Amino acid sequence: MTSDTIEPESITITINGEEYEREVEPRRLLSDFIREDVGLTGTHVGCEHGACGTCNVLMDGQTVRSCLTFAVQADGAEIETVESLGTVDDMHPIQEAFHENHGLQCGFCTPGMLLSTKELLEENPDPDREAIKEALGANVCRCTGYAPIIESVEAAAERIQAPAEAEGEELSTAGDD
Amino acid sequence: MSKSDRTPDDIAEKRNKPPAEETEDGEFEVIGKNIDRVENPRLLTGRGEYIDDVQLANMGHAAVLRSPHAHARIVDIDTSEAEQLDGVDLVLTGEEAAEKTGPLPTFSSPPVEQYCIAKDRVRHVGEAVVAVVADDRYVAEDALERIDVEYEQLPAVTDAREALESEGEEVLHPDREDGHDSNVYLQNTFTAGDPDDEFADADVVVSRELRWPRSGGQPMETVGAVAEYDEGTGKFTIHANTSMYNYMGWLIATTLGVSTNKINIVPKIAGGSFGSKLFAHKVSTLAATLAREAGRPVKFIEDRVDNITSCDNHGSDRYYRPAELALDEDGTMRALRIDVLDDYGAYFQFEVGHHGNAMAQVTGPYTIESIDYSVTAVATNKSQQGAYRGFGSEVQNFVLERLIDAAADELEMDPVELRRENFIQPEEFPYKIPSGNMYDSGDYEAVLEETLELANYEEWREKQADAREDGRHIGIGVVTCQERSVFSSTEFWFWNDDPDFPITSSPESASVKIDETGQAIVTLHSPFWGNSPETVATQIVAEELAMDPENIEVNYADTDSGLKGTGPGGSRYTVMVSGALEGATSQIQEKMFTIAADMLEAAQEDLELEEGEIRVRGAPDKSVGIPEIAMQAHAFELDMPDGVGSGLAADHTYDHPYTTMPDEDREDMGVFYPIMGHMCHIPVIEVDVETGKIEFLDYTAVHDCGTVVNPETLKGHITGGTAQGIGTALYEEYQYQPDGQLPTDNYHDYPLPTFHDVPDDYTIGHVETPSPWTEYGIKGGGEGGRMGAPPAIAAAIEDALEPYDVSIDELPVTPKRVRELIRTDEE
Repeated sequence: MTSDTIEPESITITINGEEYEREVEPRRLLSDFIREDVGLTGTHVGCEHGACGTCNVLMDGQTVRSCLTFAVQADGAEIETVESLGTVDDMHPIQEAFHENHGLQCGFCTPGMLLSTKELLEENPDPDREAIKEALGANVCRCTGYAPIIESVEAAAERIQAPAEAEGEELSTAGDD
Repeated sequence: MSKSDRTPDDIAEKRNKPPAEETEDGEFEVIGKNIDRVENPRLLTGRGEYIDDVQLANMGHAAVLRSPHAHARIVDIDTSEAEQLDGVDLVLTGEEAAEKTGPLPTFSSPPVEQYCIAKDRVRHVGEAVVAVVADDRYVAEDALERIDVEYEQLPAVTDAREALESEGEEVLHPDREDGHDSNVYLQNTFTAGDPDDEFADADVVVSRELRWPRSGGQPMETVGAVAEYDEGTGKFTIHANTSMYNYMGWLIATTLGVSTNKINIVPKIAGGSFGSKLFAHKVSTLAATLAREAGRPVKFIEDRVDNITSCDNHGSDRYYRPAELALDEDGTMRALRIDVLDDYGAYFQFEVGHHGNAMAQVTGPYTIESIDYSVTAVATNKSQQGAYRGFGSEVQNFVLERLIDAAADELEMDPVELRRENFIQPEEFPYKIPSGNMYDSGDYEAVLEETLELANYEEWREKQADAREDGRHIGIGVVTCQERSVFSSTEFWFWNDDPDFPITSSPESASVKIDETGQAIVTLHSPFWGNSPETVATQIVAEELAMDPENIEVNYADTDSGLKGTGPGGSRYTVMVSGALEGATSQIQEKMFTIAADMLEAAQEDLELEEGEIRVRGAPDKSVGIPEIAMQAHAFELDMPDGVGSGLAADHTYDHPYTTMPDEDREDMGVFYPIMGHMCHIPVIEVDVETGKIEFLDYTAVHDCGTVVNPETLKGHITGGTAQGIGTALYEEYQYQPDGQLPTDNYHDYPLPTFHDVPDDYTIGHVETPSPWTEYGIKGGGEGGRMGAPPAIAAAIEDALEPYDVSIDELPVTPKRVRELIRTDEE
């Protein structure tokens, strides 16, 4: 018998606050590491060549295509996936905004959309439509026609800002930890 | 009484309810409201279980070696090196697979044979040649690189017009029965009325050589399956993101060579379909074949290239040679003549069902009484056609609306008035069109008026005139189109004079159980496709049983427990599942009233079901809640009247309220798609004549889908479908090269619309003309956006480029195409 596999390397990746130490082949994709090795299947793979943004996760706060990133490249990094946002009973304000504005249908591209939205709103808490389109422009959705997603992002920005305005407190981070 | 003689009143009597059009406004408590979408929470939190999330113990992963050639004989396959690779379990060629797994099901007659792995000949780039099962997908793909296939190339045919003349080695299926020694799959003509005389007598005939390009649904999730084979019982379990598993799933058993009770198909939620997962039986069959041979569960998930090149889901690919409309000087439309050449690709699974579909609304909302429709379907070395949102009717809408715009030009009439003058009037329904199909109801004038108003049409015309003076090119399109819904399968076989399998039934089922504590468990027999079946079911059950939506749980039956269900497709599901749920809940209601009457010691006719309890009318303190009734039904049979029996559950299989067989002489297709939605789309665009770029300034769409169940989810269908229609109109095309290569086999080269390419705001309106033939008066609405947008955008571009005298006959109108058109005019 023969093998094409290459010697595995030892890596440590923090995903949603949990540290994972694993031996992986250098060619192993971050998306497969997250989905199969760690078992977090909320991250979906759409096109496998970096064109659709479905597989987006946050790596040290920036979105990356997990289908184009090798797991070894994320060695030592902090990854956030959709599971880091809220839960069914305690949704993140971005999830609540998508829920209420019909910002999803089949839900397959949604994890990538949510994380791209999170990245945007952390950099620009009050984006206008052009800024939203620019930030999410490399995420493809085939169900909604996009307008409901734009409305969802606007609503998410308001939700995150509103408590601060209303109660004079810091920005809400409910469901963010 | 035969079904064909039924009137709306008969249907109403059968349902023991007044026809929907007689129901008063505000009768519904939950239907028509924007309840929270039930599917959302798990999808938003990454907890939805899609097919690739299924993990079974000892599961192997499959990868497929695909043909690099468009047309070739497989001379030899050497798999020895692949088999030597660590972690590889199975390497299976088409020849080996065919020892146990037969040809795939097809509607074509005589059949066009297709296997889940090609046997001795490949007919398109991407066709499966060898499949591998290994411990993981990486190793499976390593193994593919070690397989050596010797091909003998054959001439490739990729132009439908050339396929008409193919002979010898160019013929894709030389062994097909009945002397089909050509690449013409099927040719037939349907005539109704008196088209020849009408064309001869008409004042004006407009004629266009239109071209509709090949595009596809392209959901973000591809097709996949996880199959296991139990050697002990001889039974397959196939987890899949297919639809129609409770309709056609049994055919997969036949293909696998086992009896139909030896296969259980378990539906997983699908990450979008838009028709592309309609049946999608090839992937399930492949995974099951591999699982049986490998002796372990096998997962096969298409990658994007697999999906684009070989998932049998490409949409229509048509040349109109030409399409013609005959009119009188005053604009009266008299007859339609169509000669269409359709490129079906390498196989022929749904035959020309797409043209059957188009016949459901062939004359649109207009009183055109004569048609002459000729279809020629050819084989080429491309992936075969499947289903894509509209299933052929969207192309017919494009053709008809383009002809009407051409006629308006020719007659120097206002395109809006020309349409309006030819509308079928509300009092003319039910209205029979020349194909034999019946339109149930409609108010086209109302939809048009509402759209013109919402779109500020007159104001835009003024702005357009001002802009033109400034050298800007603003264009406004107006189309009025049909959206047929609720099909009978007649459409699949009507065009064939000798069909193999002329089925007609397309039922839908639902099961409802109220458990001991009064909670409802609803089981659907069709899958989640990205639509909102759980929300619809929750609304209907909440309406019928006066329950809080919070107390209703919805799940999906597999085929072992499944009842007949055709599934989403043809804009049918909301109508059909509502009928099924109404049937099931009315049985439960009846039993609840019997039990409550006994518990309250009251006469049944004095009782009413409101807010989760049954009360004595006029005595609100005398009531019993659903939980108490449910507990009585489940646990206290001895306390109930004789013969009531334990339990509180019901199944109901709902058939079409109104469809009929074709005429025996085949002069008429019968009533096969009668629940007729309608829409008006008005896009306002601006063309940059220097770059060819098209920008949306405004987009208004008003749809009439009868009674609206959930305005928000319906709006989502319309905006999403419209975005897909924009993709079809402006960007998308599977561009096969003359040698059959497909460079657009990925998302860098196949441009799906993004946030930047569609309107960021739509004005959506609804006119509700309830269907008298369906429960609650619902009509379908799932495909409408894509059925209206392409002709509307084509019209808007033509309008914008009016100074250049160009005609938009071909999609997609890419910036390059715009520049070509302008240059041609300038020269």
